[in-house]
Amino acid sequence: MLLRHTSKEVKEREGLTINPAKTCQPIGAMYAALGIHGCLPHSHGSQGCCSYHRSTLTRHYKEPVMAATSSFTEGASVFGGQANLLAAIETIFSVYDPDIIAVHSTCLSETIGDDLQQITRKAKDDGKVPEGKYVIFASTPSFIGSHVTGYANMVTGIATQFAVSTGVKKHQFNIIAGWMEPSDMREIKRLSKELGVKIVLFPDTSDVLDAPQTGKHEFYPKGGTTVAELQSAGDSISSLALGAISAEPAAIALEKSCKVAFETLDMPIGLSATDRFIMALSQVAGVKVPDEITAERGRLVDVMADMEQYLYGKRVALFGDPDQLLPLTEFLLDLNMKPVHIVSGTPGQRFEKQMRQLLDARSPETKFRNGLQADMFLLHQWMKNEPVDLLIGNTYGKYIARDEDVPFIRFGFPILDRIGHSYFPNVGYSGGLRLVEKLLNAVMDRQDRDALEEKFELVM
Amino acid sequence: MEANIHFPDPSKVREELIQKYPAKVAKKRAKSIIVNDPLIIPEVQANVRTVPGIITQRGCSYAGCKGVVLGPTRDIVNIVHGPIGCSFYAWLTRRNQTRTESLMDANYIPYCFSTDMQEENVVFGGEKKLKIAIQEAYDLFHPKSIAIFSTCPVGLIGDDVHAASKEMREKFGDCNVFGFSCEGYRGVSQSAGHHIANNGVFKHMVGRNNTPSVGKFKLNLLGEYNIGGDAFEIERIFEKVGITLVASFSGNSTVRAIENAHTADLNVILCHRSINYMGDMMETKYGIPWMKVNFVGAESTAKSLRKIAEYFGDEELKAKVEEVIAEETPRVKAVIDEILPRTTGKTAMLFVGGSRAHHYQDLFAELGMTTVAAGYEFAHRDDYEGRHVLPSIKIDADSKNIEELKVLPDPELFNPRKTEAELKALKEKGLEINGYEGMMKQMTRKSLVVDDLSHYESEKLIEIYKPDIFCAGIKEKYVVQKMGIPLKQLHSYDYGGPYTGFEGAVNFYKDIDRMVNNPVWKLIKAPWEKNGNGAGLAASYVTQ
Repeated sequence: MLLRHTSKEVKEREGLTINPAKTCQPIGAMYAALGIHGCLPHSHGSQGCCSYHRSTLTRHYKEPVMAATSSFTEGASVFGGQANLLAAIETIFSVYDPDIIAVHSTCLSETIGDDLQQITRKAKDDGKVPEGKYVIFASTPSFIGSHVTGYANMVTGIATQFAVSTGVKKHQFNIIAGWMEPSDMREIKRLSKELGVKIVLFPDTSDVLDAPQTGKHEFYPKGGTTVAELQSAGDSISSLALGAISAEPAAIALEKSCKVAFETLDMPIGLSATDRFIMALSQVAGVKVPDEITAERGRLVDVMADMEQYLYGKRVALFGDPDQLLPLTEFLLDLNMKPVHIVSGTPGQRFEKQMRQLLDARSPETKFRNGLQADMFLLHQWMKNEPVDLLIGNTYGKYIARDEDVPFIRFGFPILDRIGHSYFPNVGYSGGLRLVEKLLNAVMDRQDRDALEEKFELVM
Repeated sequence: MEANIHFPDPSKVREELIQKYPAKVAKKRAKSIIVNDPLIIPEVQANVRTVPGIITQRGCSYAGCKGVVLGPTRDIVNIVHGPIGCSFYAWLTRRNQTRTESLMDANYIPYCFSTDMQEENVVFGGEKKLKIAIQEAYDLFHPKSIAIFSTCPVGLIGDDVHAASKEMREKFGDCNVFGFSCEGYRGVSQSAGHHIANNGVFKHMVGRNNTPSVGKFKLNLLGEYNIGGDAFEIERIFEKVGITLVASFSGNSTVRAIENAHTADLNVILCHRSINYMGDMMETKYGIPWMKVNFVGAESTAKSLRKIAEYFGDEELKAKVEEVIAEETPRVKAVIDEILPRTTGKTAMLFVGGSRAHHYQDLFAELGMTTVAAGYEFAHRDDYEGRHVLPSIKIDADSKNIEELKVLPDPELFNPRKTEAELKALKEKGLEINGYEGMMKQMTRKSLVVDDLSHYESEKLIEIYKPDIFCAGIKEKYVVQKMGIPLKQLHSYDYGGPYTGFEGAVNFYKDIDRMVNNPVWKLIKAPWEKNGNGAGLAASYVTQ
């Protein structure tokens, strides 16, 4: 047994988190900043933060993840990190020549009270930022929220520090991506193109974290939302924020700064959430949904109908991040499956309310908890008390899955031991189809494995 | 020795590496980029602050303490006091394998423990939450030991993890609770954390259990973290030879063994950088000499075994060592003989760790490959130039902050295992007793030595030298591979291993052969992208 010390008896904890279902803000900020073209993320803190975040993102994507650090020492921690950040900005522009440096803070620089706005302004005033280049920032204290909060804060920073309102509206729409994979962002762009809607998608990590092998390392890969696109976001007709926790804060900020109205949607994972996304986009843009998209949808529904018997009533435990968990849970319910246990380390009443609303309407007995101590240890204990047929979550779930001998589907962040997530989307109808295929494979492989010889089926 | 392959003029390379830096940065970096001469061994600037923004490989003190040294311990509940990230990122990512005797034995390695510090804890202090967490861990698991690791905010807000640990230790009575002040900002790299970890383990663990250990030839294995099962292979060989492993610091270790470590008669050190402090302190307090060995490489393994036998000075042991070497060698030889024609003459670069960039050069030498450039991520001058430079190393402000324990001979337990004269004689026989010659002595003349290599420098070096393989870590892995050069991870072994001992040598030979001769590197260009191919321009049938 890998997790041999996990007991069945659940005791409330107040101080100790065991096997967290979240990580800290700065990694989210680093990921978001990689979705801007020509941008180098910069971690204002100890070297370890930057090293850990780069390592985790690299393991998840099997791609270069470039980022710099202020390399705090004890002296910087006592006297403030301004000198380190100014030196870093100078070194970065002379050696790595980015268009943008996106600075995020850490628990260290937040605790000592470094003011990123003031320091980055000073960098500009001191002439350390070359003409036409940018230094943007986001405050991402690790002791508040989770990695999802950090993502949201950096996306907000990107929106507010680039978008300008010229007073002349452009016939385009912002789509603010919640924390999703490059494959998902690529799929959002494809669907928008199918609909004939001109969008500005940000951030956009496609063609950054799924870069081709060419024999040359492109320090700034071809992908990422451009500065020009970001600036024009202030003139867009409206914004769609895909995810209440990871995307909406940027939409709110953009409405405030540039008066761009917005609508918040669930991330389009699964049938119903994708329906809402397609409806919303076609409505705001005043376009008809093309037959090809209707056909894509039809293919997904077709599979759901044809294979319903295998998924019906299957009990699922899941852990992950709010903006994914909500539509995923809804999709499981659409598939007639039974979400039994759900945890997310990301705190927040908004998410709690939304999830409870969904569950109260369609699966009131589901156990759900988010925030402090809503960790994988608790989830595992719940599973020991009320077993499930399937576990869905990031790579760390494999330890529980192996111990409990439960089929496991990797979904969320980080996925450290498989590829695919960066290449094949989970969003849209095709993403839905991929999810259904995964669910079916997991359940049906298990049926094949466990079937008595006389009950072993050729055709399923 | 000079390699028989063509080197670019290394002093020109050096100029090129620093050319793009701002003047102050260039001046600083120049001192860390050195053209090697094994006869003179020039000074390398090491263990100094990284230039902010330069894109370093380095991590932090916490990573060195919790991640490296204490991470491999299986029956200590390692609680990270701080925001959630630090504990999360160090959760199972270093591949420290462990094997308990039974399913009943404690193994907390697959677990991640954190106080998940919140804003109110930063504002009002986190000690209360820490004590609650320790209590909860005790109630849930009843471990022998609980260790607390401080992250950046903890030191800044003044939480006293040592006082909290002491209070809880006294309260429990049957659980050893102790803390580490390994905040990420201490020192200039992971190295500070190693030192802090050594101090804590020495103070709070070693010497707590005086039960005499059983065996004729008893030693401790220091600086072996059982990544990919490295320690398992060394354990296998020790058992075969008849050497008793009292304690391992800290791969596949137990609390009991570490507490009993002072009953051994020799400390062998693998990773000099991360654990040499322990060797020194145990020698002073208990009279156990330490000796530098290397189990990376088949020849190095044989050599190290012979040195250990020489140390114990027992003819039977010496004969047994020869017997085991003779038994293991044919299997290794069969593999290397087959592979050698495909790897000979190829070149390698190693920029990793604080000892690995040295150790793995032995394996590359066995493969007939030349190390054209190497450097450490977080080593000190003694790891480059040898321990004889120790007295001349200036202690700067960053090192001064790391506690140097004042160790005295234990009034009861001090027992010099060898006399001064015996030690002298052993040294004369070439045993690295309390000594380490460093990396540069072994590297060829005109090879390049670079400390704390930056991303920019790594790209330049690859452009200039076009090595056949580059060794570093996960952050560098796909960057280098995007340049069409295979990268071997020498922290995680690309999820392979073990690479120690005889078994490990075979694994490494095969892995490197596979990597440098993999057909994929020739498939990068599409047929229509290749020079002289007119695909798409003129259809060939037109001219026929």
